[in-house]
Amino acid sequence: MCLAVPMKLIEVSGESGVAESGGVTVPVALQLLDNPKEGDYVIVHAGFAIQTIDTEEAQERLKLFAEMAEMAEDNDD
Amino acid sequence: MTTDACGLKTSEKVDLLSRKIREDCARLGPVTLMEVCGTHTMAIHRHGIHSLLPQNVRLISGPGCPVCVMPTQFMDEAIELARRPDVVVTTFGDMMRVPGSHSTLDAERASGANVRLVYSALDSLSVAEESPESQVVFLAVGFETTAPTVAATVLEAKRRGIDNFAILPGNRLVPPALRALLDDDDVRVDGFMLPGHVSVIIGSDVYGFVATEYHVPSAIAGFDPEDIMMAISSLVEMLAAGRAEVANCYRRVVRADGNIKARQAMDDVFETSDGGWRGLGDMPGSALVPREKYKDCDARARFDLSEVRAAPDPPGCLCGSVLRGIVTPPECPLFAKRCVPESPIGPCMVSSEGTCAAYYKYRQRDDA
Amino acid sequence: MTPDDRKIRLGHGSGGKLTRALVNEVFVDRLSNPMLAELDDSAKLESGGGRLAFTTDGFVVTPYIFPGGDIGKLSVCGTVNDLAVAGAEPKYLSYSLIIEEGFSLADLERIVDSTASACEEAGVKIVTGDTKVVARGNADGIFVTTAGVGVLPDNLSLGVRTIQPGDVVLINGGIGEHAVSVLLARNEFQVAAEVLSDCAPLNSLTCAVLKAGQQVRFMRDATRGGLATVLAEIAIGADVAIEIDEDSVPIRPEVRSVCDLLGFDPLYLANEGKLVVIVAQDGAEQVLSAMRATKYGAESAIIGRVIGKPQGKVLLRTEAGGTRVIDMLVADQLPRIC
Repeated sequence: MCLAVPMKLIEVSGESGVAESGGVTVPVALQLLDNPKEGDYVIVHAGFAIQTIDTEEAQERLKLFAEMAEMAEDNDD
Repeated sequence: MTTDACGLKTSEKVDLLSRKIREDCARLGPVTLMEVCGTHTMAIHRHGIHSLLPQNVRLISGPGCPVCVMPTQFMDEAIELARRPDVVVTTFGDMMRVPGSHSTLDAERASGANVRLVYSALDSLSVAEESPESQVVFLAVGFETTAPTVAATVLEAKRRGIDNFAILPGNRLVPPALRALLDDDDVRVDGFMLPGHVSVIIGSDVYGFVATEYHVPSAIAGFDPEDIMMAISSLVEMLAAGRAEVANCYRRVVRADGNIKARQAMDDVFETSDGGWRGLGDMPGSALVPREKYKDCDARARFDLSEVRAAPDPPGCLCGSVLRGIVTPPECPLFAKRCVPESPIGPCMVSSEGTCAAYYKYRQRDDA
Repeated sequence: MTPDDRKIRLGHGSGGKLTRALVNEVFVDRLSNPMLAELDDSAKLESGGGRLAFTTDGFVVTPYIFPGGDIGKLSVCGTVNDLAVAGAEPKYLSYSLIIEEGFSLADLERIVDSTASACEEAGVKIVTGDTKVVARGNADGIFVTTAGVGVLPDNLSLGVRTIQPGDVVLINGGIGEHAVSVLLARNEFQVAAEVLSDCAPLNSLTCAVLKAGQQVRFMRDATRGGLATVLAEIAIGADVAIEIDEDSVPIRPEVRSVCDLLGFDPLYLANEGKLVVIVAQDGAEQVLSAMRATKYGAESAIIGRVIGKPQGKVLLRTEAGGTRVIDMLVADQLPRIC
């Protein structure tokens, strides 16, 4: 029971807002988040934003892949 | 085709993990991993993950599909409500084709019952405001990902003074189901892939018992192919090293303590209760029902549904065993013969993400 | 400006003066051609002695006006395309309307205007028609039924059985646009995006494909059931397997996002302007260039190939590098949250 999509909050007004991804916008309910702000990246499930995306962790993940790729190249050589 | 800031395509990242999995698997015998989330079942089949794993890794689907686990009784109650001329039933699309004892919501709608699809539970409140002469009943299904949105909707209804709204409670909880699987001697699983978005709400700490009490490795996984492969890699790595921990492979949205605000809303509106799970029977403390102060929002209190009695499970249907990962779909005598997506018998085939439906759609029928 | 509240009345369908006035004012003027203007019970056509292609179709789309088109444009394009993919030159259409009492006359005029434009672009004529009006509640606004006649060239060699392993699969652009534009126009889910239906007459495209002088095996437009269903039908009809590369299938970001949000698989979403072409391997690049030079083919792409086994199956090489089987659509997809 888990279909949720990463989107960007482009409008916040109290407990409702608008989220956007790939040119598509949806109204989102924000009452399940602490202090959401315009510009935050969130995941959206059934019309609610259920968590903000930790962009640092997202970056860490990318770095991990980059490292793995380097190691794989070294091993192949 | 997407590349991101690390300059790698999806297939390249997946390939890196695939190689690592293979290396770790070389040190292991046959391994059975269970994923406990219907959305994982879909994502795994959609991306062809099975075809990327070494032969000794078996990936099976557990009872993580909230459509699959709803007892026939629940569908019969929903249909009973839908047939009432003064009731509008609102529901997520997932439930429309789930079989009750004799009918489906889709069939009822075709016969004139007032059934409306919604994308968000909150949409039910707009329906209630537009139709003050009707009672709107929302079918509250889903695990902890969805339960907070239902709770928020009940609270919003109160705030806006909307009286003609109720829910048919059907939300279920994952940790009790995990415990039941771990306690079940028929279920032999070496590691669990944990549901990423349920975990967003409940956090990673709550799964500690899987490691400390049962010594089984588990990994919280997201839904991209890279996320799924990362979790599998982590599980296989733990198995190869003889470690049992809870690995959080979805750190960008899963925190140790989850989403506290969401859990507070759930806690305010709901209390736990015993609930029936198709195939697993009654599980204590695994269902959510409205607390006393919100009882007027419970459709079972508002309407008399005591006459609704579900028919017994169809003969031969092995959904229960499929949901516990004990048999694979082809081992069910009805699979692909009497039970097909066009005319499903049990929910495992009805739900587009049910184990049997996913297997039927996505696996090449000549591989087992 | 006063709102246009002219409505269709039951009398408009009774066959008398009101009907005649409606037909002349709304239809004949807009669809002007000498054959229609005669308003004979039957149109008399020149066949040129060749073989004919003949098709019929019904159109019930709701809403009947959507971003990128309306039921008028849709009905012409759908009929033209069925003829074009068979290799025929579309020539004549029949046009039958069933209209619900109370339908807006302004909307009807708009629909017929679209119909006329589509006919002009496709180079076809509506030569015979009919109008009926039913009581309120007995039709969903407006239903359109067409039939179309086209002329087949003498030396046509298209056929699903000519398809063989090694052949290449092409498509002329992004999938799922019609389905998403109609879904958003229904406004049931408050999802907003700028997606236009891809509804288009494809005969200029099919003409270019055939003129490229290569061994074109087969063409089909991917309508209801989406690209997946067309490919599954072809694989079964030709008794071959088809392998598609997910990375190569064109899809607009907006369509992808709507699918992600509502849980749809774009491979199964309806299109109204997408052509699937199967061509022998050594002609693929030329056909691709020919397609890209046309109005509706600018985003054409090679998306896969025909292989020997497993017969009757369509395989998808996923963006993750895995493989899965694509089946035909069973029933319309419903939005899901799971």
